[in-house]
Amino acid sequence: MLTYILKRLAVAIPTLLLLIVVSFVLMHSAPGGPFTAERELPPEVLANLNAKYGLDAPLWRQVLNYVWGIVAHFDFGPSFVYKDRSVNEIIAQGFPITLTYGCLSFLVAVTVGVSLGIAAAIRQNSWLDYAAVGVSIGAQVLPNFVMAPILVLVFTLWLGWLPGGGWQGPEYWILPVVALSTSFMASIARITRSSMLEVLTQNHVRTARAKGLPERRVILGHALKPALLPVISYLGPAFVGMITGSVVVDIYFSTGGIGKAFVDSALNRDYAVMMGVTILMGALTILFNLVVDILYGWIDPKIRY
Amino acid sequence: MVGQAEKIEAVAERLGARAGGGRSLWADARRRFLRNRAAMAGLAILVFVALFALCGGFFAQWSNEELDYMVMGQVAELGGPSLETGHYFGTDDLGRDLFARTVQGTQISLAVGVIGALIACVFGTVYGATAGYVGGRTDGIMMRLVDIFMAVPYMFVLILLLVMYGRSITILFIGVGMISWMEMARIVRGQTLSLKGREFIEAAQATGVPGPVIIARHVVPNLLGVIAVYATLLVPLMILTESFISFLGLGVQEPLTSLGALISEGAGTIAYGTMWQLGFPLLFFVLTLFGFFFVGDGLRDALDPKDR
Repeated sequence: MLTYILKRLAVAIPTLLLLIVVSFVLMHSAPGGPFTAERELPPEVLANLNAKYGLDAPLWRQVLNYVWGIVAHFDFGPSFVYKDRSVNEIIAQGFPITLTYGCLSFLVAVTVGVSLGIAAAIRQNSWLDYAAVGVSIGAQVLPNFVMAPILVLVFTLWLGWLPGGGWQGPEYWILPVVALSTSFMASIARITRSSMLEVLTQNHVRTARAKGLPERRVILGHALKPALLPVISYLGPAFVGMITGSVVVDIYFSTGGIGKAFVDSALNRDYAVMMGVTILMGALTILFNLVVDILYGWIDPKIRY
Repeated sequence: MVGQAEKIEAVAERLGARAGGGRSLWADARRRFLRNRAAMAGLAILVFVALFALCGGFFAQWSNEELDYMVMGQVAELGGPSLETGHYFGTDDLGRDLFARTVQGTQISLAVGVIGALIACVFGTVYGATAGYVGGRTDGIMMRLVDIFMAVPYMFVLILLLVMYGRSITILFIGVGMISWMEMARIVRGQTLSLKGREFIEAAQATGVPGPVIIARHVVPNLLGVIAVYATLLVPLMILTESFISFLGLGVQEPLTSLGALISEGAGTIAYGTMWQLGFPLLFFVLTLFGFFFVGDGLRDALDPKDR
């Protein structure tokens, strides 16, 4: 197991370094520096600015400094637009919010999705099954940026039950979480349903039934674990999708999460903040994929380390 | 003699028709596809959306840039959908005709979807077929690279690119395609591996056909079915990606528009009771996605022998 984890780590760390270096080089190959935006600066001022932000050193040295800053001090450097704020401060402000509703959405998507999928598979061709299949087809064409305005329209403007934006208490969490989790919940339900249906026809399930186990134990004790394998391998892409979707949630619900900082920096051409957020999200994704791989190896006895 | 030859030809044709209808992969697939009701419904929807995008402009009473000064400032009261004013779908917040804008948005969204999927397909197929055909260490390295690429949240990188190189539509088209070739490469590689040991490939190798020619002549044509299926399923994903970026205001720029940008505008104004501004773009967005998903699923059922 340890060698397996180490092997995965051996892939994860170069991936992360590659992401950092590539985005850094991209940033530097962009036409125009960060200070050439509105008006022409006198060359002395520009030289001073470049010196202050360390942009006068050769590229390889800048990359090394940047990587070293992140690895050693977890420091993403200063923002190029807000002179008095560092990228760390901007991230620290929004990240807890994103993390809160992100984790909630993930929990909702997995628990509701898996239970719905199991229920649909057990009662195949019942109304519940049709409802689950219908929802999962419908949710394919209702991504978060479509769900968000529809939810606000129904629950805020028509019914007036829930606030349509802001971040002040648990009632503000509901709409963002629903908007973010629905399409993933539907995908997880679909995947669980089809893999459960397949597992239920297998020999070991028939054996379990033949020895007279109650249906509940057959499902939960024997069928669930193998049926979850495709779900687990979907969790990685789902995580990426949710991270991306959080940007929409932050914009539409004004939750003040990290996505807002990202879009603002994109509109301001604040490369430092954009890179910081990209690298942070990339690191989270890679870390999460690592966890998924380990989980997979633990649950599937066929995988040898 | 002439008569006999004609007769023989006719018989041969009939035989050929029967044999072809029963045995050829494509004819077989076509029959299965035509019988699939969901897929046919999806195809009908797609034809409708395509006609709307191509010919809708002829029916529009207003261009997509004209401002209707009659409704300006009173869009909520006067800008609703109506036949009298010629704004079939109403107007947007500035008084521009939403019908013409939806036509334009559908055009751009379809174009991004199709071109992006095409780029992803070509790149993914070449990459995957090469990796699978060459095999060995090259294959290992190439697929490990794909693994690495797949672990990156591309939306952020794409937005980074868009911001740095100006938000041009070309970058959007290429970028959307370039972030989604990996899945294609994996599928194509897997299929190539299973083709590689076949006799006709061995025969080509034995007669000294160079590798790239074998890939182009013998491997890729045998993968066309799989490629077609995933290409169709990629299109809606491309449209989703583009709409996502446009929804954030980072995609296509005025005066161009896309369904995502229109949905974003409509979503911003729902508080004022201008429902049509969200409704019509959303309708076409959902129709397009449904159409592609159904057709793609139908093609998969028809062409992918594993899933039957």
